[in-house]
Amino acid sequence: MAGEFGNPEVIEESVDILLIGGGMACCGAGYEIMRWLDAAKKDGHDFSVKLVDKAAMDRSGAVAQGLSAINTYIGSEQDPADYARMVSNDLMGITRDDLAYDLGRHVDESVHLFEEWGLPIWKTDENGERFDGSKGMTPLAEGGKPVRSGKWQIMINGESYKWIVAEAAKKALGMENIEERIFIVKLINDKNDPSRIAGAVGFSTRNHTVHVYTAKAILLAAGGCVNIFRPRSVGEGTGRAWYPVWNAGSTYSMAAEAGAELTLMENRFVPTRFKDGYGPVGAWFLLFKAKATNAFGEVYMDRNKEMLDDYPPYGQAAVPASCLRNHLMLKEMKEGRGPIYMDTVTALANLRETLSPREVKHLEAEAWEDFLDMCVGQCGIWVGENIEPEKKNSELMPTEPYLLGSHSGCCGIWTSGPTDVGAPTDETEAGVPEHLPKGWNWGYRGMTTVNGLFTAGDGVGASGHKFSSGSHAEGRLAAKAMVKYCIDNKDFTPELDTPVDQLVEEIYKPVRTYLEHKDYTTAIDVNPNYITPKMLQFRLQKIMDEYVAGVATYYTTNAEMMKVAGEKIDELKIDAMKMRAKDLHELLRAWENYHRILTAEAHLKHIEFRQESRYPGFYYRSDKNFVDEENWKCFVNSIYDKNTKQWTCFKRAHKDLVDKSKLFK
Amino acid sequence: MPTFVRTEKCDGCKGQDKTACMYICPHDLMKLDKDGSDTGHAMKAYNQEPEQCWECYSCVKICPQQAIEARHYADVVPLGGSVQPLRGTDSIMWTIKFRNGTMKRFKFPIRTTPEGSIDPYAGKPEADMSKIEEPGFFVQNNGYRAGDPSELICK
Repeated sequence: MAGEFGNPEVIEESVDILLIGGGMACCGAGYEIMRWLDAAKKDGHDFSVKLVDKAAMDRSGAVAQGLSAINTYIGSEQDPADYARMVSNDLMGITRDDLAYDLGRHVDESVHLFEEWGLPIWKTDENGERFDGSKGMTPLAEGGKPVRSGKWQIMINGESYKWIVAEAAKKALGMENIEERIFIVKLINDKNDPSRIAGAVGFSTRNHTVHVYTAKAILLAAGGCVNIFRPRSVGEGTGRAWYPVWNAGSTYSMAAEAGAELTLMENRFVPTRFKDGYGPVGAWFLLFKAKATNAFGEVYMDRNKEMLDDYPPYGQAAVPASCLRNHLMLKEMKEGRGPIYMDTVTALANLRETLSPREVKHLEAEAWEDFLDMCVGQCGIWVGENIEPEKKNSELMPTEPYLLGSHSGCCGIWTSGPTDVGAPTDETEAGVPEHLPKGWNWGYRGMTTVNGLFTAGDGVGASGHKFSSGSHAEGRLAAKAMVKYCIDNKDFTPELDTPVDQLVEEIYKPVRTYLEHKDYTTAIDVNPNYITPKMLQFRLQKIMDEYVAGVATYYTTNAEMMKVAGEKIDELKIDAMKMRAKDLHELLRAWENYHRILTAEAHLKHIEFRQESRYPGFYYRSDKNFVDEENWKCFVNSIYDKNTKQWTCFKRAHKDLVDKSKLFK
Repeated sequence: MPTFVRTEKCDGCKGQDKTACMYICPHDLMKLDKDGSDTGHAMKAYNQEPEQCWECYSCVKICPQQAIEARHYADVVPLGGSVQPLRGTDSIMWTIKFRNGTMKRFKFPIRTTPEGSIDPYAGKPEADMSKIEEPGFFVQNNGYRAGDPSELICK
C-alpha cells in the first residue's frame, strides 16, 4: 500500500555498507569503495553498498555552490609533516597529527582525479604568468604548476566542482545503489552488542515512506553544524549563512546518540568574511595581497601585533592561528574603531603596477569570479550597494559561530587513525570511561568508537583544514577500511535494538502531533499543543547567542551564563518533543532541529568542562580568560547516554608526532 | 537572499511530477504548486521558505526556462541590482547589473570534459587486496606524498 501523510509506508532494506551523505566525503567513499568491493568479490566476499543523501548529489554538501579554490593541495614541494604542523598551530596546538599527516600524504591523489575528470585548475607558465583552467596546460599529475594563492591553496574555475565529483561517484556506485531525498535521522545500535552499529532510519522528503536500513558498516558524513547561533541577518538573510544552511549537526548528534565519542566539541569557527554576503576573503588576502584595516586605515594585524605575544607559541608562527587574527580585529571593534574594511582599492592598484597588461585585463574578472564561483550572494551585496572593488572598499565582519571539522575548525568524532606514524597506543589521562579505546588507532582507519560506524570530512574531529579535497580523500580512506571491516566481520548479522514500529512512531511524531491538534486553533502556527520547527530554532539560537558566546556578547560567556543556558536547553529538549510537522518539508526541518539541539548541547558541555579560553577570538570565558598550557593542552572528549540523556566529558592526552618547534624557526 | 520564479516563464517542467528546481535544491525549498492552492499559479514552482535560501543558485542554473532569478535579501540589500547566470556545458556567463545601472559581463570555464563523459575506472588498475591495510588508494596518480620519515618523531 502506498503511504500517505501520517501513515507512511515502511521500507526495510538490508545492505552491507551504508553511506550517509552525498557531499565530498561520501563521493570519495563511493569512488574508492567499488574497486575494493570488486576485488573482495574475487575472494568470495559479495558485499552490497548503498548511498543515501537528503539532497541531490550534483549539488549537495558544502561544495554545492562551487568553489574558487582547492584549499588543501600539498604539492611535491611540501611534506605532509609541514601540513600537520600548520593544522596544529592554526587550531591552537591541539590536533591529532596522525590524522592530519595521513590526510596530507593522500589528499593530492584526489585533486589529480578532479583535474582528470574535468575540473579546470589554474596554471602558471614558465614566466610566472597565470592562466585559467581551460587552456589545456600540463596537468598537475604530470608536473603542471598550479596558481598558489597561499602555501596550501590552489585556484580553480570551480563552479561545477561538485557536479563533476558527483558524476564520478554516481557512475562508480551505479544509480541503482543511490537514493536521493532520504533524510537519515537516527542510527541504531545492535541488539546483541550495543557497542556495534546495526543500521539507520530516516524518511523520504518526497514520498510518504520511512526507510529502515540494516548494515554491517556505516559511513556517517553529513557535514557540520549551521544555525545553532542566532545569525547576524535574521530576516530573509537568515539563510545566507557562511557555511551551508542545510548542515544541521546531523553527523555529531546521530553519532553521539549511537554512543560514539566526540572530541573538541568546544571548538568552533567564527570566520571573518565580507559583511552580510559572507564572501570569501582567502583570495583577497593571499592572491590579491589586500590588507584589512580599521576605520582609520590602520592595519590591525600590525597595530595590535603585541597581542599575539599573549598566546605563545601560537601567535608567533609566520601565520598566527585564525582565532588570534579575529582576536586582534575584535579589539578594534570593541574599542569603537570599526567598521573593519578589506582595502581592495589599494590592493588592486598595487597589482596593476606589477602584472602584465593581459593579466590586468583578467584581474577584475578574477576578483568577481572569486565570488561568483562560490558565493554569488556577495555579488548581490556589491551590486545592491554599488561596490566596484577597485573603487570602493568592502566591510569585513566576524560571523556567528559554526561547528565543523573540515575547515578552520576541529570539532567532531574521535576517530581511529593510521598505525604507521607513531601515534600513541595507550592513554595517560585518567578518567576515560573503561569501554573506550586507549590509543589513537583501534583497527580500522576512520572508524569511530562504535564498531562499524565510520566518519569522514566534517565528522572527523581534532584535525581540520582538510577542506573539499581532504574530505574526499578522507572518505576514500574510510571506504577502504570499511571493506576490510566487512571482510573481518563477514559472519556478523546486524539486528536493530529497537522495533521498527517504534522507530516509525518516533520519526513521524511531529506529524502525529500536528494532525492531532491542528484544529484546536484557527491560526495554524499559534497553538499551545505544539511548536513549529522555525520557532524552536529561534529559541535555540537565542539561548546560544545570548549565553554561549554568540555575537550578542562579542563571543563571551562564563560558568553562570552556561548554567542558565543548560537549564534553558533542558526545557527546550522537552518542548522539542512537541514539534509539529504540517508536511514532509517541515518534518525535515523538525529533525534537523533535533540534531541542532544535541550538537549545541555538546558545544555547551565542552566549553563548560574546559577551564580556559583555548580559542581567543572564537570564544572567551570571561571567568577563565587565558590559555592554560600546563593543564589544558589536551583533548576534551565526551560521550552521550541516549537513555539518561546525560553527557560525560573527560580529558585525553595530547602528543606531538611531528616537531612543532620548526614553525617558529 | 531568496530566489524567485517568474510566473510567465515557468512551465512547471511540462507537467512532470517533479521540477528541475525541486530536484536540485539542496535545502528542499522549491515546490511545485500543482493546483495553485499555495500561490494562485497552478503548475508553477515557487520558493516555499525564502528565509532559508542560501542563494546557491542551483535552481537558477538548472532551470530549463531560465525562469528563476534572485532578489537579494530585502532585509539587507538595496533593491535594483541583479546577478544572473547562463550555465552552459563548458562555461558560465554572468550578467551583472548594479543598482546604479552599471553593467558587467563575465564568462568563466566550468569544465574541460564533456558533461557525462567521466569513465571513472578507465585505465585504472584493480584494487590489490594484499595492500588493503597499507596507506594509499587503489590507484596511484603521482599524488601520494610519502614524506620524509625523519619528520615522524615518535615512530
